[in-house]
Amino acid sequence: MSSNATYIPKSALGRWFESRLPVMGLIHSSFIDYPTPRNLNYWWTFGGILSFMLGAQILTGIVLAMHYTPETSLAFGSIEHIMRDVNYGWLIRFLHSNGASMFFIAVYIHIFRGMYYGSYKSPREVLWILGVIILLLMMATAFMGYVLPWGQMSFWGAKVITSLFGAIPAIGQAITTWLWGGYSVDDPTLNRFFSLHYLLPFMIAGVVVLHVWALHVVGQNNPTGIEVKNIDKDTVRFTPYATAKDAVGLACFLIFYMWFVFYIPDFLGHADNYVEANPLQTPPHIVPEWYFLPFYAILRAIPSKLLGVVALFGSIAVLAFLPWLDTSLVRSGRFRPVFRVFFWVFVAVAVGLGYLGSKPPEGGYVIAARLLTVYYFAHFFIILPIVGWLETPLPIPASIAEAVLPQGGSAATIGGRAAAEPSTKG
Amino acid sequence: MDSMRKWGLGAALAAVGVLSVASIAFAQNEKPPAPQPATASQKAEEENPEPPRQSWSFAGPLGVFDQGQLQRGYKVYREVCSNCHSMQMLSFRNLADPGGPHFSEAQVKALAASFQIKDGPNDAGEMFDRPGRPSDKFPWNFANAQAARAALGGALPPDMSVLAKARTYERGVPWFIFDIFTQYQEEGVDYISALLNGYTQTPAGVTLAPGQYYNVYFPGHKIGMPPPLSDGQVAYTDGAPATVQQYSRDVSAFLMWAAEPKFEERKALGLRVMIFLVVFAVLLYFTKRRIWARVHEDAHA
Ligand code: HEC
Ligand code: HEM
Repeated sequence: MSSNATYIPKSALGRWFESRLPVMGLIHSSFIDYPTPRNLNYWWTFGGILSFMLGAQILTGIVLAMHYTPETSLAFGSIEHIMRDVNYGWLIRFLHSNGASMFFIAVYIHIFRGMYYGSYKSPREVLWILGVIILLLMMATAFMGYVLPWGQMSFWGAKVITSLFGAIPAIGQAITTWLWGGYSVDDPTLNRFFSLHYLLPFMIAGVVVLHVWALHVVGQNNPTGIEVKNIDKDTVRFTPYATAKDAVGLACFLIFYMWFVFYIPDFLGHADNYVEANPLQTPPHIVPEWYFLPFYAILRAIPSKLLGVVALFGSIAVLAFLPWLDTSLVRSGRFRPVFRVFFWVFVAVAVGLGYLGSKPPEGGYVIAARLLTVYYFAHFFIILPIVGWLETPLPIPASIAEAVLPQGGSAATIGGRAAAEPSTKG
Repeated sequence: MDSMRKWGLGAALAAVGVLSVASIAFAQNEKPPAPQPATASQKAEEENPEPPRQSWSFAGPLGVFDQGQLQRGYKVYREVCSNCHSMQMLSFRNLADPGGPHFSEAQVKALAASFQIKDGPNDAGEMFDRPGRPSDKFPWNFANAQAARAALGGALPPDMSVLAKARTYERGVPWFIFDIFTQYQEEGVDYISALLNGYTQTPAGVTLAPGQYYNVYFPGHKIGMPPPLSDGQVAYTDGAPATVQQYSRDVSAFLMWAAEPKFEERKALGLRVMIFLVVFAVLLYFTKRRIWARVHEDAHA
């Protein structure tokens, strides 16, 4: 990042404050002056969308928490109280419950974007790993949030997933009892889940700050995967250029989000969760929320419970090792004809696992889930390393400007940037 | 280009290769899947026909309830269903809410007063009965779940407050995707009204325990609810036909409203929000184009 030397507050008070705590300069250099590659497409707007969604979940969550009661005999009724008696409670609740799904839609697109354009490769490994940590925290948050309404699926989902820890040899049962705060999912469990559900989003916010910091140290990747070489030719200022594009992306995303909130608010949920939790009556089908389905399919595909749990966590943890599993020196899938095919096969496999996760674990579904599970891991451990070695990449342009401008990068300086040190790696 | 196609083919072949190796590896291993409580073959006995899809006034983005239908539905609920089912999350005052049956304040007051509500303790420490008030919750005919089971041959009638949202049927691929666009959200009411019309002769070979009835739409077919409706059972005053079919439609619509009293408010606000967002997004798009035009002009300079 360029230093904030370019930023001089207009008012005397501003200058006085800035010389004591240069926070405005930090904001200026991060979100106004910050050079962004000029060729970013709309897949790059999902970072901004995710930040918006985190803020939206925290805001709606805080209002819900004012009216919600984390007690097993009252929780279900308190949600209906929110739906019926709290002013705009139905809106806040549907924003929050659908917001969780939107959050995951955005994060999965964001991750696939990174996988396609090689955004995890040097020097962005730490940035990428911070992203994987955010994904894990999001999953924990959403899992515990789904328990709060204390419907049938809340209860039985919590029971199935927490019981997984019982698969750990020797100490498994003790861990499960410790997690539950008793010998079954009950009041202590609900209380601690509520407490943690309130806490984790703020931890996510902390990791997001690190994530953005790391981003601003190494600079953004772009669809060509070529590093910025000439800051004047290859980049535009964050504001107004990236801001305007992010705003369009966010507005379109909001249309999608609001379609669900106002017209099909229960589409992504389970009807069973409108039945109050009953520990004595197991629902015929216990299915997690859609965003966990691929991982749930992997869990059930493995015949041993312990190995299933290992595979479940492994399927997420493997993402953190992506920077070292992909051996190709070329970043962007745009110049990697073989990788590109495998990328789309992988997307299809992930979607297929999601479908299988929603089906009962019997007959052909199990066999299919096993095949796709093997493929899922093979993609990371076999296909990516080998393709990286064998593939002949397409010719790569010399610079971003050359790739996107007709006359090979003879463009004039854009957007009247003040001279700034190119700080991104060449 | 040519090499790309070759590679693409190679990639596809490799994918097939990995899959077939995996399938051989797994063919050895046909143990039952990881132990999940989700039970396996409930399916065979659950072969249910799909509830017929009905047209409802409240479907779609402009949907609103038919007020007359909700009032009739309440009558059916009160005179029939409430003998067994509770509806604990509704108060009499809700019946006067706009977007619902919308009875007048006076009607609701009189209606509430026609119920005896247990209250207390009074100064003497005793519980007592008093006439209902609009702020009272709908009372239940039974003192508790055990009493209901004892009276109804062991089956417990579910609370009806959110019943219309708590029931559905499986839509399957690809219909569930189309439902996003068509906004089909009436699975619950379609199911309930099908269920009420779904009592048939018990097929040969099926044995029912005492207190069980055969219903084609109920999962497993053996339901503990006796057929609740018969033609002419509830007197309608607005000329609507007094048939089981009409009763079940009306009471299903009423249950939909009861499950979400802010239903109409949601759709009405939704329309305004959608219009605003679409206009806003278009304006933002053109603003963005203006801003970026400078970059593109530079590019051609
Ligand atoms: C004689 C008592 C009785 C009356 C009257 C009655 N029900 Fe029921 N209902 C039951 C019982 C008992 C069950 C539980 C059945 C079971 O689980 O097998 C039930 C279950 C239901 C279910 C849930 C079925 C499912 O999918 O689980 C619906 C819907 C329903 N009743 C609707 C109605 C409606 C609408 C009315 C009024 C028209 C009504 N009931 C009147 C006793 C009654
Ligand atoms: C990372 C952000 C968050 C995610 C992904 C998330 C996810 C969820 C989910 C999936 C539910 C269940 C929704 C339902 O079916 O009803 C839920 C409920 C809830 N959440 Fe969150 N949440 C987040 C942040 C927060 C925050 C910051 C708070 C409080 C400050 C909060 C408070 C609540 C409450 C009170 C409920 C119960 C109400 C309800 O179920 O509607 N959430 N959350």
